[in-house]
Amino acid sequence: MHYFAPTELDEALDRLSAGQVRIVAGGTDFYPSRRDGAPQTDLLDVTRIAGLSGITRNDTGWRIGAATRWSDIAQADLPRAFAGLQAAAREVGGIQIQNAGTVAGNLCNASPAADGVPPLLTLGAQVEVASANGLRTLPLTDFITGVRRTALTGDEMVTALVLPEPPAGAVGSFEKLGARRYLVISITMTAALIALDDTGRIAHARVAVGACSATAQRLHHLEAELIGMTPDAAVVTPNHLHPLSPIDDVRASGAYRLDAVAEQCQRAIKTAGGSDGLAG
Amino acid sequence: MDWRVENDTVGFSLNGHPVSPRPRVGERLSETLRERLGARDVKIGCNAGDCGACTVLVDGDPVCACLMPAHQAEGRAVETLAGFMQNDPLMQQLADSFQAHGAAQCGICTPGMMVAALALLRRTPDPDELAVKDALGGVLCRCTGYRKIIRAVMEVGTTPPPPPTGEVGAAIPRLDGLAKVAGNELYGDDVAPARTLEVRLIRSPYPRAGFTLGGLDAYVAATDGIETVLTAADIPGRNLFGTIPDFIDQPVFAETEAWFRGDPVAAVVGTPEALATLDPARFPVTWDERPPVDDVHEAMAPEAPLLHDGREGNLMCAGLVQCGDPEAALAQADTVVEGHYRSGFVEHAYIEPEAGFAQMADGRVEVHACTQAPVMDQESLADILGTDRSQVRIIPTAVGGGFGAKLDLSVQPYLALATLKTGKPVRLTYSRTESMQATTKRHPSDLHLRIGATRDGRLSGFTFDGLFNTGAYSSWGPTVANRVPVHASGPYRVADYRSEAKGIHTHNPPAGAFRGFGVPQAAIAQECLFDELADTLGIDRLEFRIRNALENGTPTVCGQVFDQGVGIRACLEALRPAWDTERTAAAAFNTQNNTLKRGVGVAAGWYGCGNTSLPNPSTIKSGIRADGTVMLHQGAMDIGQGANTVIAQIFATALGVPVDSLHLIGPDTDVTPDGGKTSASRQTYVSGNAARLSGEALRAQILSRVNASAEAQLEIHTGTIRITDRGDTHDIDLTALPPDAEGYVLRAEETYDPPTRPLDENGQGIPYAQFGYAAHLAVIEVDTRLGTVKPLRFTAAHDVGRAINPLLVEGQVEGGIAQGLGMALMEEYLPGTTENLHDYLIPTIGDIPPIDTIIIEEPDAHGPYGAKGLGEHALIPTAPALLNAIRDACGVQITKVPATPARLRAAIREQSHDR
Repeated sequence: MHYFAPTELDEALDRLSAGQVRIVAGGTDFYPSRRDGAPQTDLLDVTRIAGLSGITRNDTGWRIGAATRWSDIAQADLPRAFAGLQAAAREVGGIQIQNAGTVAGNLCNASPAADGVPPLLTLGAQVEVASANGLRTLPLTDFITGVRRTALTGDEMVTALVLPEPPAGAVGSFEKLGARRYLVISITMTAALIALDDTGRIAHARVAVGACSATAQRLHHLEAELIGMTPDAAVVTPNHLHPLSPIDDVRASGAYRLDAVAEQCQRAIKTAGGSDGLAG
Repeated sequence: MDWRVENDTVGFSLNGHPVSPRPRVGERLSETLRERLGARDVKIGCNAGDCGACTVLVDGDPVCACLMPAHQAEGRAVETLAGFMQNDPLMQQLADSFQAHGAAQCGICTPGMMVAALALLRRTPDPDELAVKDALGGVLCRCTGYRKIIRAVMEVGTTPPPPPTGEVGAAIPRLDGLAKVAGNELYGDDVAPARTLEVRLIRSPYPRAGFTLGGLDAYVAATDGIETVLTAADIPGRNLFGTIPDFIDQPVFAETEAWFRGDPVAAVVGTPEALATLDPARFPVTWDERPPVDDVHEAMAPEAPLLHDGREGNLMCAGLVQCGDPEAALAQADTVVEGHYRSGFVEHAYIEPEAGFAQMADGRVEVHACTQAPVMDQESLADILGTDRSQVRIIPTAVGGGFGAKLDLSVQPYLALATLKTGKPVRLTYSRTESMQATTKRHPSDLHLRIGATRDGRLSGFTFDGLFNTGAYSSWGPTVANRVPVHASGPYRVADYRSEAKGIHTHNPPAGAFRGFGVPQAAIAQECLFDELADTLGIDRLEFRIRNALENGTPTVCGQVFDQGVGIRACLEALRPAWDTERTAAAAFNTQNNTLKRGVGVAAGWYGCGNTSLPNPSTIKSGIRADGTVMLHQGAMDIGQGANTVIAQIFATALGVPVDSLHLIGPDTDVTPDGGKTSASRQTYVSGNAARLSGEALRAQILSRVNASAEAQLEIHTGTIRITDRGDTHDIDLTALPPDAEGYVLRAEETYDPPTRPLDENGQGIPYAQFGYAAHLAVIEVDTRLGTVKPLRFTAAHDVGRAINPLLVEGQVEGGIAQGLGMALMEEYLPGTTENLHDYLIPTIGDIPPIDTIIIEEPDAHGPYGAKGLGEHALIPTAPALLNAIRDACGVQITKVPATPARLRAAIREQSHDR
């Protein structure tokens, strides 16, 4: 049994091609999901690979390295469009989890309640995936294919998230609902990204909801209707929530989720739109 | 440069020193630190990143060591509490502050808390409360209610000196606290030498299943590192344990059928390496899953399978208290309210899972484990091992929280059997999942009540019918059945009363003792219905309670009349100022807000200290050595509540010496007499009295030697006691006195047993020698659109008779409120579903608002210096106060706890027909 901690991407990709190796990064999902007597495999630690961590800006937008920790995102100096992502970063477990857990790990774990996914959906994130055969980039919506399922093949790993430059003046927000403060798996969560025109009306809207379907969903119909409205006027109807199919589980009933998430969407839109989410 | 690790050494810096352990691939850093590098100050509570007890700094950042591959530490700097205490002045200041504020109770979360706090203080030297919460939100504490932790962090560096002598009434820091804040305290998993053989239990994956074991010898032979397997066949004595003499019905290993998910059928003993990779699915057992009975109604049905022969209808037992004519009184009442209240299993969720170590020593079995009841453990193990008590020695470790579940045996029989069979030292630590699956829970309740009152606000008739799901085995179920009817009236004058509580067996984990023994469940129903009554009658809710409060000279529902010491009225009246101002403030807030609604709730509670009408003695031994050392054999288990400090303060006061001159000897069954179990809020009262008697007897011996008066002053010096009496001084030369076998030249061993009397067939009698009383006020904010509840403030008035140590009183109150809040708002254990600390939620530091504790001292004639018990009282009024506050805020009555957001929102929608 071996523990590989390469510093070069190529070596990591070679290990993956050779097979029989499991990727570990922050360990925050890896260990809790391990069962007694699980087969022991070689481990590939991707946290030391050069260039895999950090947030950079280029001509077309932003690049978040796969092994970037949530605390790095929370503490980074970023435009207000990232406020929702940064708020989500501060809600991923506690500080201890944020200091270890990585953004790509959150995606690869593919929990329906992954806090990082809705804000990344509002930011139009693409997932950059590498294997020994080369790179491919796919939209986040195509990357997470189901509960605990992704589009990654056995010889691939995520190398980065690629984000387009957000619309000028856009502001992000994130609403999380749980039965306690801190360290809580979301009952529902909503991220919004809103840009207003000169008259204070919505010119750009992205709204994404997590923990209400197998994979987090953008509410396209709602987004389209929001254009031209003031944030305070946003009303979320059951029709807007059509993409969602929440289940009953230990945290809440599906009916409650649908009810709560409508309110949560309105608050997220208002907050991102610059008003008090609770107004009215 | 490329580097890799291939099953080789990992080099990093631990607390500034280079280390190079050789962990297994995938080994957690926490295991490497504890087992290969001896850093046992790193505590493991969950192995899933849910509790934060294992928090260490890696390159300055707090992380959970249980989630970090040890190999990932290569080249990094890892720092732990014990290391910081050696070399970091800020951590030393923080330790002083934790001590001074009572921020460590059991202490198991303390290393994680302090390390996380240090990381904060390095970046933010003067943090506000929100910053402290954000920084410590990843560490769970089950004892303190977090408020003292917040203060300790915010006030670091400004620690006031402790009171000088520590007599009764002095708010001294806990005497055993230094080890806790320094990371030196040794808990159940901390005493075994590294590489000790380990035990792993094979548990039923089904709530009910027949099973067949096969080929065990072949399995042992074929599996590397397995020493032996244990089953029921290995038990030399009786394969049963329990806590109540007529209800010893839980097998150590099931023999033919397992009765709850987690019921053990066998144990594997092997090397740590073998058990780390053990696949339980390969163990040779075949299961025959059978239909279980899950709830009490199912279990009482005629067609339900019987768990225990002779317990028809799966009825374990019932308790009854009745007086007057409740039906006639209800008929005469001007108004009658009825309610059906329910609650689920609640998990103790102490951060230390059950753990221990055992070895053979001089032919005897020696068990070191966390426990609340060392002498009961000794008796039970002797029974299981078929040996005499003298052949079993229990040396309790520090206990990382108990709250009732560590009264029962857990790891102890498996450790004892394994060391007996192998002749080798063994250790066993339950995983978090095992701890949750297999140890006792708070009883789910299903309660029907009718309460009447007359127009002038006097209670008139009260009936209570309670079903309690006691699970597969009895544990402390009979105690719940007997205690609930005595308490279900609340601390009120109820002349016409009938209350029956039944324990019903189901295929669930045994429900047993949990802070309050069923009384918190009953209090929810009674106190919520009191609000309905008061509202129906148009009487102020607090006034209604005051009007009906028990007083000196009025009989309880058991016909017991106290002519002194009844402090409930004083508690309720102490809430009046907060009640008035908070109600006004909430009303003002609510006129300005539509979505957020504030509410204020009040509730009371009482609790009888000690066993219900049963003998309940404690014995305390003390002695003075020839060199002048005063030894106190303190057998009352300190599980974080503070017995080591309180008992010592009482003893020191009785003897007349400073508390810091005492040397404490813990509850080792070889050297310390039985302090009884830490249960039923009895240690301050019962063991406290034994300590007082022991101190007084020792003092009397000293004074009589020189014919000094009772007012004489003692000073104990090396080899001498100096007695100053009315200006005269006398010296006793201790070196001239003959030492006994234990080396004592003077000694006193005294026993106290509360004066109770049996209850008759109607529950009339003297169940307890004293009650303690409490009333809580909760202010909350409901988000009516989401159904979430944000507690804003508590005011808690407690009649403790005499606060032996006000700091520890506050600690109990704050911790009790946190557990009551959890029960009210978020906690429900669902077997098979919430077997970890991320699906089973307990309050975090972000959930507990400021708590104003008001100490009422209505002295009790039986209590030492007037003191009453407190441990369980603290959570009884909390949940109903919260539910009453929710009703006050948004008008809905929650009748099933926890009031999760989904349940509360559903109730709000139903009320408003808000579709």
